[in-house]
Amino acid sequence: MNFANAFTPERMQEAWKVLLTEFPFAIWETIYSTLLATLMAIVIGLPLGVILVTGEAKGIRPLPKPLMSFLNLLINLLRSVPFIILMVMIIPLTRAIVGTSVGTLASVVPLTVAAFPFIARLVESSLREINPNIIETAQSMGATPMQIILHVLLPESVPSLITNFTLAITTIMGYTAMSGAVGGGGLGKLALAYGYQRYRYAVLYLAVIVLVLITQVIQSFGTWLARKCDKRLKH
Amino acid sequence: MARLFIANSTPVRYNGSKHARMEAGTLIQLKNLSKHFTTVDGPVDALRHINLTVNDGDIYGIIGMSGAGKSTLVRCINMLERPTEGNVILDGRDLGTLSTAELREVRRKVTMIFQGFNLLMQRTCLKNVMLPLKLIHMPKQQAEKRAMELLELVGLPDKANSYPAQLSGGQQQRVAIARALATEPRLLLCDEATSALDPKTTHAILELIRDINRKMGITVIVITHQMSVVQEICNKVSILEHGEVVEEGEVSEVFSNPRSNAAKNLIYPEMADGNSLVSEGGQKIRVIFNGAMASKEPLIAKMAVDCGILASILGASTRSVGDRAYGYILLDIPGTPADLAKAVSYLSQMPDVIVQVEAEYEQKEAARE
Repeated sequence: MNFANAFTPERMQEAWKVLLTEFPFAIWETIYSTLLATLMAIVIGLPLGVILVTGEAKGIRPLPKPLMSFLNLLINLLRSVPFIILMVMIIPLTRAIVGTSVGTLASVVPLTVAAFPFIARLVESSLREINPNIIETAQSMGATPMQIILHVLLPESVPSLITNFTLAITTIMGYTAMSGAVGGGGLGKLALAYGYQRYRYAVLYLAVIVLVLITQVIQSFGTWLARKCDKRLKH
Repeated sequence: MARLFIANSTPVRYNGSKHARMEAGTLIQLKNLSKHFTTVDGPVDALRHINLTVNDGDIYGIIGMSGAGKSTLVRCINMLERPTEGNVILDGRDLGTLSTAELREVRRKVTMIFQGFNLLMQRTCLKNVMLPLKLIHMPKQQAEKRAMELLELVGLPDKANSYPAQLSGGQQQRVAIARALATEPRLLLCDEATSALDPKTTHAILELIRDINRKMGITVIVITHQMSVVQEICNKVSILEHGEVVEEGEVSEVFSNPRSNAAKNLIYPEMADGNSLVSEGGQKIRVIFNGAMASKEPLIAKMAVDCGILASILGASTRSVGDRAYGYILLDIPGTPADLAKAVSYLSQMPDVIVQVEAEYEQKEAARE
């Protein structure tokens, strides 16, 4: 493994070929698994995050304490297992849902399982930013807990939720790269296969550059969107 | 500004037929209301045995220093805080016995505005006013129309599509008032509603509240720490201190002749420290104006002419409400006790003027020396 030989003209030419032939599909796989996993994670994590805030003893719809403790414990447990190990741990679950544990679609299952507790915590922190007086105001109008969630809590935290979901997307994209190690597809797999297993560093670096670029684009878009949505800022 | 009332001129009578009234004209009654909290520092009696009666059409002031329990009290009225003891009776119904759903119903008729306005910051003013209507599933078009009318009523029709952050504090409070009126309430609770506003804006908002009271027949409860607010719009007042009502009555009465220390401190804050008056142990009288037509006659100058008593003014605090004066003048009367008696009887003849001989200052002086 000679690093000096990694960027010879032949290697660069080879990398260029890989870029043209294999990168487009790998980029697609990365984006597709990231977005699908984020979407699934939001579907589970958003209600969970809402419950974490509204269900506590002083919340707008208190839930039994044992249930709240269980949810918190579950989230903390899932959050503390390293992703690469979680992926292997839940292979049976992945097989049960997708039918196989290999491939891009299969990687969405562990990605979702890893991401939803994260999303739940992010939603929780977004909702906690809301001025409690506004919630009290809604109660003084005779709003039901569900109406408060739908008409006050969620709409008021939209900018914060966008910021946090952007953070989640970029984190989940980092996980998709890891999933390349155990059968997932995408840029991560490409980088590992060429760079780690065959010492084609030029390809590895290219894959990293593309990942950085995608992350930048998503982050910039998210920041822009959050600002645009936030009506607290005077335009 | 008041054009809206053409459309909605009849205030909604809150199920007056179903439930017998306690007394004619009584809207809300607090009976022996207490609220205890348990905090880390031990139990706190936020409210102790409060008894209050608010009549239909009143603008009822509840005033006290911070920490007196005002905010807790107002939250007990719409059961945002459940009282530990006692009853809140609205139109003959004990709110403590109502189910959550029934209580939500009541809250549409007992609405509230706040010190911090508490508007949805991510929604336009129009949407903010529409919120209570959305909660009762009013069709969107109808809700929009009503919200527009209310924005007109509070003088902000051009701000319908602005966001609260683009508005001044006074404008935000107007939007909050429009929102509070959306469900045609019978009772409007104002929790320090003008405390975050400058004096001029405060005045304008109070005018609006008084207008709403008069034209829509909505009863108002005003929670405040500012005597000027009570003086400007309330007809009745309760003074709250350490969770207890220490004094209550008609505003003019309480103002002209405050009995409790809490009332005196609120009405004459400059006297609280007791040293703002120069005193050499002379004879002092307090001339209290209880709605006297004070501007008509130069009272003190007239006394000098008629009785030959040359009083010096040691301190004064008077306020005009309409063309009437409320407040007091503290006079030093030179000469003998006979002169003092003469001055007292002379001034007492004036209509709506009460004269008290001040003894406490001499005692204070004595104690100081």
